[in-house]
Amino acid sequence: MNHSRGHIQPWIALVGLIALSALPLDAADPTRLLIREGPVGWGLVALMAAAIVAAIRAGRSLAAAILLALAAHGGAAMAIGLLPSLAGHTGSGFWALVLTSWLLVWALVTELSEWPRRPGLPGLVLSLLIPFLFGIWLLILWQIVVVVFQVPFVLIPPPSAIGARIATSLPILAADFRQTFFKSVVAGYAIGCGAGFLVAILVDRVSFLKRGLLPIGNLVSALPIVGIAPIMVMWFGFDWPSKAAVVVVSTFFPMLVNTVTGLSASQPISRDLMRTYAATYWQTLFKLRLPEAMPFVFNALKINSTLALIAAIVAEFFGTPIVGMGFRISTEVGRMNIDMVWAEIAVAALAGSAFYGVVALAERAATFWHPSFRT
Amino acid sequence: MTTAVSHRLAKPPGKLVPVLVVTLALIALWYVGAYFMNATLARDAFARAKKEPTASELLFATYAMDRPLLPAPHQIVTEIWKSTALTPVTSKKSLVYHSWITLSATLAGFLSGALLGLILAAAIVHVPSLDRSLMPWVIASQTIPIVAIAPMIVVVGYNLMNGQMGFSTDTSRFIAKALISTYLSFFPITVGLVKGLRSPDTILVDLMRTYSANRWQTFWKLRMPAALPFLFASMQVAIAISLVGAIVGELPTGASAGIGARLLAGSYYGQTVQIWSALIAASVLAALLVWMVSLGGTAVVKRMGLAR
Amino acid sequence: MTGEGTSGTAKEAPAIKIAGLSLVFNTNDGPVQALSDIDLEVKRGEFVSFIGPSGCGKTTLLRVIADLEQPTGGSITVNGVSPEEARLARAYGYVFQAAALYPWRTIAKNIALPLEIMGLTRAECDKRVADNLALVDLAGFERKYPWQLSGGMQQRASIARALAVEPELLLMDEPFGALDEIVRDHLNEKLLRLWDRTQKTVVFVTHSIPEAVFLSTKIVVMSPRPGRVTDVIECGFPRHRTLDIRETPEFLAIAARVRAGLRAGHSYED
Repeated sequence: MNHSRGHIQPWIALVGLIALSALPLDAADPTRLLIREGPVGWGLVALMAAAIVAAIRAGRSLAAAILLALAAHGGAAMAIGLLPSLAGHTGSGFWALVLTSWLLVWALVTELSEWPRRPGLPGLVLSLLIPFLFGIWLLILWQIVVVVFQVPFVLIPPPSAIGARIATSLPILAADFRQTFFKSVVAGYAIGCGAGFLVAILVDRVSFLKRGLLPIGNLVSALPIVGIAPIMVMWFGFDWPSKAAVVVVSTFFPMLVNTVTGLSASQPISRDLMRTYAATYWQTLFKLRLPEAMPFVFNALKINSTLALIAAIVAEFFGTPIVGMGFRISTEVGRMNIDMVWAEIAVAALAGSAFYGVVALAERAATFWHPSFRT
Repeated sequence: MTTAVSHRLAKPPGKLVPVLVVTLALIALWYVGAYFMNATLARDAFARAKKEPTASELLFATYAMDRPLLPAPHQIVTEIWKSTALTPVTSKKSLVYHSWITLSATLAGFLSGALLGLILAAAIVHVPSLDRSLMPWVIASQTIPIVAIAPMIVVVGYNLMNGQMGFSTDTSRFIAKALISTYLSFFPITVGLVKGLRSPDTILVDLMRTYSANRWQTFWKLRMPAALPFLFASMQVAIAISLVGAIVGELPTGASAGIGARLLAGSYYGQTVQIWSALIAASVLAALLVWMVSLGGTAVVKRMGLAR
Repeated sequence: MTGEGTSGTAKEAPAIKIAGLSLVFNTNDGPVQALSDIDLEVKRGEFVSFIGPSGCGKTTLLRVIADLEQPTGGSITVNGVSPEEARLARAYGYVFQAAALYPWRTIAKNIALPLEIMGLTRAECDKRVADNLALVDLAGFERKYPWQLSGGMQQRASIARALAVEPELLLMDEPFGALDEIVRDHLNEKLLRLWDRTQKTVVFVTHSIPEAVFLSTKIVVMSPRPGRVTDVIECGFPRHRTLDIRETPEFLAIAARVRAGLRAGHSYED
């Protein structure tokens, strides 16, 4: 049962192939068939047939995978190319084409997922390729559905329109990014994390303070801190310092709590060892407890990288000068320029994952010894 | 050595007294801060009244201003008392009313997010192609500020439901906010559950194989119980972020009800006391929600005998 | 101090002198008498083992010597001074049950750790690290991380770390307890040769009878509830010995006496 599942898609795709060859592409023009679309149409049908045969005959082979990839994306390209002339009156043949292409890529992903995980570069490429295919097909299907069903632009714009918007609005996007990321986020993140770290070291020295502050810090970490944005606007004005202040408060407590926890993470045996050396407080701190706390500190840095961006963007919903990602999102939503909103969201997503990625890389370098990274 | 150490594990010192002392110290600090932040405003007021205030007059004035930069704690407490106990809950001035508006969207979103997360996690654990294609996106989504799409979901969703599907205004707003909460809460739950469903040791999975248990049995008898602690841990994160989603969802539509709307209205009219009381209400709500989830988690874990 | 007359200068004082020592832990279930009325003297150059079932206080006694626990009664001197003074003077090296190497430091840096804390010069550090690594046969592993080494190698590195301090006194708390029998035999022989060569005083905690008899010049048998010394056995094997002596009648006789002592300590329990 386990194995047959991987091979059912090619068979359905075979049915789809027959359907897309026989059924009309255009509901308004029953004579318009894919195989009459010239050599491209013919070629695509032949390519798909070859891919299906290869997938059924030689499941786990590189050739089959390549054929599947070519056929699926050829089908998708064809479908998207046909879109403008068919929008509003697509025929059953068109849907057979989309579905068959999708089945082929599904078969491909199933194949690839069953390949053994390999170490090194090939393994990395494979582990990136599969989600990449998923993302691409999300965009392809999005594009097709939005165009075919003529979804109102203000509801969901097609990816192509968002891409075009990004290309034409680069200066605005860059200015917004500079304002929100390089001013609010970076300043707030550095101050918030730094302060949380230093206060944690101070608090750690006083057991009473530690016991009193830790539960409060844990509580505050769960609170909707972005709500202080209007207050910060009153205190620090409309420009980025008020946003940075929200970021400082948002990032301070996770760092405080994690560092305090990390500082008490060292094993009793390691602390006894330091005691037998008659090490001073600072020697123990720098040689044992801080290194031991690093995984916790980096955990906070990672959590905070996301929190900081969220805090800065949401804080801008409460009022800013006329620049900034949160500002742009809220005003363009008001003007129903949804493609611009999506463009900002794409930038925010990219910035968020890049920021997180940098912190994660630093973590790997700094805590290479931790069991989760050992090789 | 182990025995010697465990003998010494005397009762850990209590937390209650330190927490109380630190809280009191923070409140005292707050009063000091309120004095300094409001002093200039208060002096201006006295100057306008052409009156030279004594030190104590100035002190009390800073704690009793209409629109202070930083209201004193007792002003906030008074405001909260006025807008909860002394106002009928159906009134638009009642903080309970606004809290309920936000809370209902939070809970609806959280529950549907949890359900969605459960289904998705079960699928990811059992279908390898989903694991390798979808899971990376779910993980990556943790690193991006998803909350940025909130205004769009609210405005677009609101227009769609109110304008095209004919839902009432309130229902549309409610669904739009709940959608954001769903979206925000389902990611952490999926990630936590997948981790939890995978947590049983190989030998435990092998044991189920020796019983020739089918997938369904392995899922309910081994994977799901093992995942429960993970589930509750991620639900704590999810419900907190769910509340943030609902509050942020109240910002853009010009909604007149809910904690987010109170925050926004307060900031328009400079009503600091109102902002702070809305903020305290949100914090109490968040603390209660997280506390209830953790209580549920402790109960479940205890019942399963996993408590340490 | 309860010695007869005045004790000698620090130079001639015994390595460890314990008189009437007791220690009570306060726990949730009320006070627990961990050590009761211990009298013991360890001369310089001796190899003394503490043996007994778990809970007999052998580790606690070692920790008292190392100033990791404070006694609640009686007296103790290490090198003629209080344990705290001895610790501050870095008079002993301590080897724990686990290797307790820091995973973020290489083997060489781990061995240099106490030397950095003592503030030695870089050159002196490097020399001592190299010498002691060679002593435990770990030359060539300087740049490895602890988690890249086997358990036995890790424990050898931790012994090198204790030796790098160049202490007169070596305190070892079941250092080979977590290792398998074959590695343990091998390390026992190595330890014995090291002790023979360096003329150090060793105090060694174990719960293995053959290990104690093989290594020691003096065996202290302890028993629990309350932790106390029930027997002190001198063994007169030559300083230079091999694993073969474990088959000799003398060895077996001493092992039998240790076993009898352990059993006696246990008998009233059931």
